[in-house]
Amino acid sequence: MKKTLLSAAIGAAVLGFASAASAATLDTVKSKGFVQCVVNTGLAGFAAPDASGNWSGFDVDYCKAVAAAIFNDATKTKYTPTTSQTRFTALQSGEGDVLFRNTTWTINRDTALGFNFRTVNYYDGQGFMVPKSLNVKSALELSGAAVCVQSGTTTELNLADYFKANKLEYKPVVYEKLPEVNQAYQEGRCDVYTTDQSGLYSLRLSLSNPDEHIILPEIISKEPLGPAVRQGDDQWFDIVSWTHYALVQAEEFGLTKANVDDIRKSSTNPDVRRFLGVEKDTKIGTDLGLTNDWAYNIVKAVGNYGEVFERNIGQNTPLKIQRGLNALWTKGGLQYAPPVR
Amino acid sequence: MTDHAAIAPSEARTLRSYVYDPKIRAIFFQILTLVIVVAIGWSIFDNTVANLARSGTASGYQFLKGRAGFDIGASLIDYSSDSTYGRAILVGFLNTILVAFFGIITATAIGFIIGIGRLSKNWLIAKLCTVYVEVFRNIPVLLIIFFWYKGVLSSLPQVRDSLKLPLGMVLNNRGLAFPRPVWGDAAWVIPVALLIAIVATFIVARWAKQRQMRTGQQFHTIWAAIGLIVGLPVLAFLAVGAPLTFDFPIAGRFNLSGGSVIAPEFVALYLALSFYTASFIAETIRAGIRAVAKGQSEAAAALGLQPSTTTRLVVVPQAMRVIIPPLTSQYLNLTKNSSLGIAVGFPELVATGGTTMNQTGQAIEVVSIWLVVYLSISITTSLFMNWFNAKMALVER
Repeated sequence: MKKTLLSAAIGAAVLGFASAASAATLDTVKSKGFVQCVVNTGLAGFAAPDASGNWSGFDVDYCKAVAAAIFNDATKTKYTPTTSQTRFTALQSGEGDVLFRNTTWTINRDTALGFNFRTVNYYDGQGFMVPKSLNVKSALELSGAAVCVQSGTTTELNLADYFKANKLEYKPVVYEKLPEVNQAYQEGRCDVYTTDQSGLYSLRLSLSNPDEHIILPEIISKEPLGPAVRQGDDQWFDIVSWTHYALVQAEEFGLTKANVDDIRKSSTNPDVRRFLGVEKDTKIGTDLGLTNDWAYNIVKAVGNYGEVFERNIGQNTPLKIQRGLNALWTKGGLQYAPPVR
Repeated sequence: MTDHAAIAPSEARTLRSYVYDPKIRAIFFQILTLVIVVAIGWSIFDNTVANLARSGTASGYQFLKGRAGFDIGASLIDYSSDSTYGRAILVGFLNTILVAFFGIITATAIGFIIGIGRLSKNWLIAKLCTVYVEVFRNIPVLLIIFFWYKGVLSSLPQVRDSLKLPLGMVLNNRGLAFPRPVWGDAAWVIPVALLIAIVATFIVARWAKQRQMRTGQQFHTIWAAIGLIVGLPVLAFLAVGAPLTFDFPIAGRFNLSGGSVIAPEFVALYLALSFYTASFIAETIRAGIRAVAKGQSEAAAALGLQPSTTTRLVVVPQAMRVIIPPLTSQYLNLTKNSSLGIAVGFPELVATGGTTMNQTGQAIEVVSIWLVVYLSISITTSLFMNWFNAKMALVER
């Protein structure tokens, strides 16, 4: 829409003029008093505003965790909603401090786009959703189908590669915004909806008849989703990365939002005491540029990784996503935090 | 002469006299302005380059040669995910041109009808045309696009309940599919016949004009022209044994296969732009016709010209003088508004450029391409319309 052009133009202009972009992000964040996170315009379970404009979701909790680590106050956040097309310009131009927007970590984005990725907060893969009435059992039967996809995503690229590699024909139907893709799929403009599987689960909920659609078994790509920051500010990069690691480590320690206060008082385990900043003469937090109770503040504000997952997208939510690859390494998953010492 | 020499300040000019010399002052201020403009331009450029370097993003236009990797739904030229980003942008550019070209033709046709309709003596026709103009002129064009896309085209049947139309055409919410003509080997004679017919028509028209000048007898060139331009290719077609077959659209498992499809995204954008711009063109036409003094047609009638001849030879040529310049602006507006196609997923320049920008992160480069392309389209349209205007302007003798 016009807005895209405008925001792209403004983004480009800001990119041209911005000179503060390379000042230490932590100092900028502290002086303005909040963390500005670039998020999705609305993807249930990941980042979506409710009727009164309060944001919630998996990505939003990460933003709150960063705010808690810095300010000991998870409410000190602001959100920049972006489409898949505008997200990178928004981060490049300094409209946000960090990108939490179901963004796949690729080498191109890590290098040519000028961003830094280090952590993967959600291991995802691209899938397909079709109406049950089509009687499709496998993605390999999709030759000749019209496929709805959002523009400017790795999804769009994987789709082209997958159909080409399997010598299947398809007709792309491309929209810029998720609601437009949803509506087109629902109205039968296309036969197949493709995006990350987590996204498919989320989107299926928003259809009027979720039970009439199935998600095909094939996962056609690796989609490691994680936060991104601008290159050239290692301290800020560390803070964002270690916020994720702190969430994972907290789950491994069995620290939850509910029990973290008690354990902090009673624990004698030096690992846990160091993590929560109660060990004598610890410098872990201050070395990060934060206070030593940064990890405690994160857990106190949003809980551990498992809690964030279950609260927003887990079995008790409408999305009903299994932990799968996102279980802790101790439970057969890939979520693993380097030692906090 | 001696007096003059005394006045001439050639040797004795003071600094003060330079400061107060209007010519020198004018030059000074022009140079100053130039320096300021260049300095601002340079500072923008320098700042951009410095910030790009600092943000660690790649810059330059080399990315245009990279493999695009994404597919595009509608393309006038061969395009696949193996093509380059440059070609993806070219596909978008051609789609922009396509929708602008057909939009301009349709908008002009509707605009002419509505504009003349508003001047009609028939109360109902005049009022209907007024309502048309007021409705379409006062609704944002984006809403009109959505109206066509969501309101009208989405109410078409699903692909499995497609409407079968005559001549093997099929209509559903994925577009209008029609049989694609497949020409045989000997089909080259048809365009050749058409070319010959056009040349012959010119010769006939010339001969008819000369004869009318000489003898006063009229010759209805139009019938001869239609006969030639339609008849000759048809004769040629039959003579070489009708080398034409059709590729009919057939229902496949998911979609129709075969045939050609006009996508609803294109239709929605095309209709919306045509209807919207037509309302402005109608007003331009009405203003142009109104601008011709009544005395002109009265004088023509007094000379014994028929009403149709009066319109053709007296009113329209004078009205065109007023109509063409604002018409140019409307054409430019239509072309630029085609960028709203991204809202319904039509892959025009902004859409394919936007995807490219997103995949490569080259925001400044892509935005600069957009600027240059739209500027070039607009300037080309302006130049053409200026040429047309000069041709249509009254030649004063």
